Amino acid sequence: MSALQIKKGSSKHSAYNLRPNFSDVTETHTLAVKVDNEPGVLARVIGLFSGRGYNIDSLTVAEVDHTGHTSRITIVTTGTPQVIEQIKAQLGRIVPVHEVHDLTVEGRAVERELALIKVEGEGEKRVEALRLADIFRANVVDSTLGSFVFEITGTPDKIEAFAELMRPLGLLEIARTGVAALSRGT
Amino acid sequence: MTRQMTGAKMVVQALKDQGVDVVFGYPGGAVLPIYDEVFQQNDIRHVLVRHEQGAVHAAEGYARSTGKPGVALVTSGPGATNAVTGLTDALMDSIPIIVLSGQVPTFMIGTDAFQEADTVGITRPCTKHNWLVSDTKNLADTMHQAFHVATSGRPGPVLVDLPKDVQFASAEYVPPQKAKTDHYQPQVKGDMAEIMELVEALEVAERPIFYTGGGVINSGPAASQLLRELVEASGVPITSTLMGLGAYPANGKHWLGMLGMHGLYEANMAMHGCDLMINIGARFDDRITGRLDAFSPDSKKAHIDIDPSSINKVIKTDIPIIGDIGHVLEDVLKVWKSRGRKVNREGLQKWWAQIEEWRKVDCLSFKQTGKTIKPQYALQRLEELTKEHDRYICTEVGQHQMWAAQYLGFNDPNRWMTSGGLGTMGYGFPASIGVQMAHPDSLVINVAGEASWLMNMQEMGTAVQYRLPVKQFILNNERLGMVRQWQELLHGERYSSSWSEALPDFVKLAEAFGAKGILCEDAADLDDAIMEMLNYDGPVIFDCLVEKHENCFPMIPSGEPHNNMLLGEASTKDAIKEGGAVLV
Repeated sequence: MSALQIKKGSSKHSAYNLRPNFSDVTETHTLAVKVDNEPGVLARVIGLFSGRGYNIDSLTVAEVDHTGHTSRITIVTTGTPQVIEQIKAQLGRIVPVHEVHDLTVEGRAVERELALIKVEGEGEKRVEALRLADIFRANVVDSTLGSFVFEITGTPDKIEAFAELMRPLGLLEIARTGVAALSRGT
Repeated sequence: MTRQMTGAKMVVQALKDQGVDVVFGYPGGAVLPIYDEVFQQNDIRHVLVRHEQGAVHAAEGYARSTGKPGVALVTSGPGATNAVTGLTDALMDSIPIIVLSGQVPTFMIGTDAFQEADTVGITRPCTKHNWLVSDTKNLADTMHQAFHVATSGRPGPVLVDLPKDVQFASAEYVPPQKAKTDHYQPQVKGDMAEIMELVEALEVAERPIFYTGGGVINSGPAASQLLRELVEASGVPITSTLMGLGAYPANGKHWLGMLGMHGLYEANMAMHGCDLMINIGARFDDRITGRLDAFSPDSKKAHIDIDPSSINKVIKTDIPIIGDIGHVLEDVLKVWKSRGRKVNREGLQKWWAQIEEWRKVDCLSFKQTGKTIKPQYALQRLEELTKEHDRYICTEVGQHQMWAAQYLGFNDPNRWMTSGGLGTMGYGFPASIGVQMAHPDSLVINVAGEASWLMNMQEMGTAVQYRLPVKQFILNNERLGMVRQWQELLHGERYSSSWSEALPDFVKLAEAFGAKGILCEDAADLDDAIMEMLNYDGPVIFDCLVEKHENCFPMIPSGEPHNNMLLGEASTKDAIKEGGAVLV
């Protein structure tokens, strides 16, 4: 039996062109996941994303029902429609996961994020920062003679825009909570 | 009536209440209280393995051959880490097992204590679910939940980590009926609209095929019965994955043989050419599909699976049905019968004529000439001499595994134990021990390669200690056969590290353990040697020296579609395209 003559270095050829013809347009979805608040549940969710190579754009978690000990995890993720479907199905397999909602497809949803933004500056820049904060309805939650900490709530886009404006005015640090989301209406 | 007892006693009580009769395990510091309880009772037998990996595979073998969950008991730290391969194996093949691991006392967790490991952390991705029991009052409930989760929905392995102080402390025992299990109740009934769509497709299809998998076996014997009824009544050809062998009998007249990378020519060609593919409890694994963009291009695809994540994972499905195979097949049959048992007779007739043409290729033919035993011949003779027995077959992983799937016939479910998804060399021998424990009077054979077999050969001690007459049928080519085959086909015949230079004398090895060894190196002696193995009441290592450079065919080369198979005598020149070399 003759052996195959494979060209040198052929193993660097990619196998990705063998993938099926699923749509390759990526979409961003916001998922709300209701879980039992038990040890390791967040590790299970995060481990699923890292183990299967899915993206996490943002993730927030807190216990929302103290009597039933259930937490709500809000995940913003990006992927092709097929990957998004897989993510939801895989989340559904985790034993302490009760419900998986795709807020992006289940109708309109409110999405909010909170950020704390520290800006350092004096004189004109300081005044300008305050003026912009007023326009963005950001509150001053800490102030010294040389700095402010603003608290701003809104969509991730709004926070991005505010942070961009603060950058030339002496932006020092940002802390963001990640997105929390609820579907609109009842 | 409240029953106060220690955590260790609760573990044993919960096992009894769950109907467990055998536990495979290995003691150590962190599980001593449980071992003390095991010692003081007679309802549950404990089998002392020689390595924790062996315990988990034995539990898998027990589970697969009985349909009941298997149980393994290991200590903390190394005991638990040694169980990881078995857990992953069970996860990939959806085998219900419960692993109980000891843990250092709760007040020492996180202090890098002796034999401490983050067991729930390590096993989180390789179990269906796991628990660290931090309070004895939750222990019994957790034990029952573990059995429920392992066996409900898509089965899988679970682990319960038991700190030593939790084993010593006392609390009230919760019986299985009072355990919390409502939160995990996977859907078992299929959607009737989808089932109707499947029946309608089945009625008109010209070239339908059933493609079945391990899900049928996991669903239970009733599912296999319903599948047989549906196949016989509709006259539709059926093929199966490695995992699904035995759900439909190999001697059934609609059987095409196994499909996939080393599947039969007629099965793969039929998969490629069908117009309706009905996937029942299989998951479009890459060993099955080959090249995805050329996978069965002209077919409508229906997929029945209990796990929603299996649907549309790699192959787009036209008719998805989520549910338990048994329940769904029952409904499919009901609907199909009520609509007059229609099929496209004319189309099916032509389809079978085409399949008969493919069958004429006779893809499993081989020539046994001279003294040297062909591995295929060894298995053909083994099949001939054992097929009338009450027989269970285990395998290791590699060429011998594929040959066993090709040349042995499985007429019932739960008779075939092999590591499919994970491909764990070293699986078969301990699995055969688990099977023999469950079926003490049956013939249990582990078809092995010498390299795989050596990976868990320490279990000879277990087989001898418990007088388990497991037959280790080793096809010895002194090579890592499948690795060597790929090196021949893909890596310019550079046999990098794929042969064993210092193999033991297997006959002496058997004798050293107090078992029987048989060497066979001449085809003319094979039948007598096999009969000697079968007639010996005790464990046997059968060292069958076979052709060293035999390749396993048919083969769909990596990166090729189903209709491009390599056959036995065919030249392999240019068979695997450059892109295929990166695939495994």
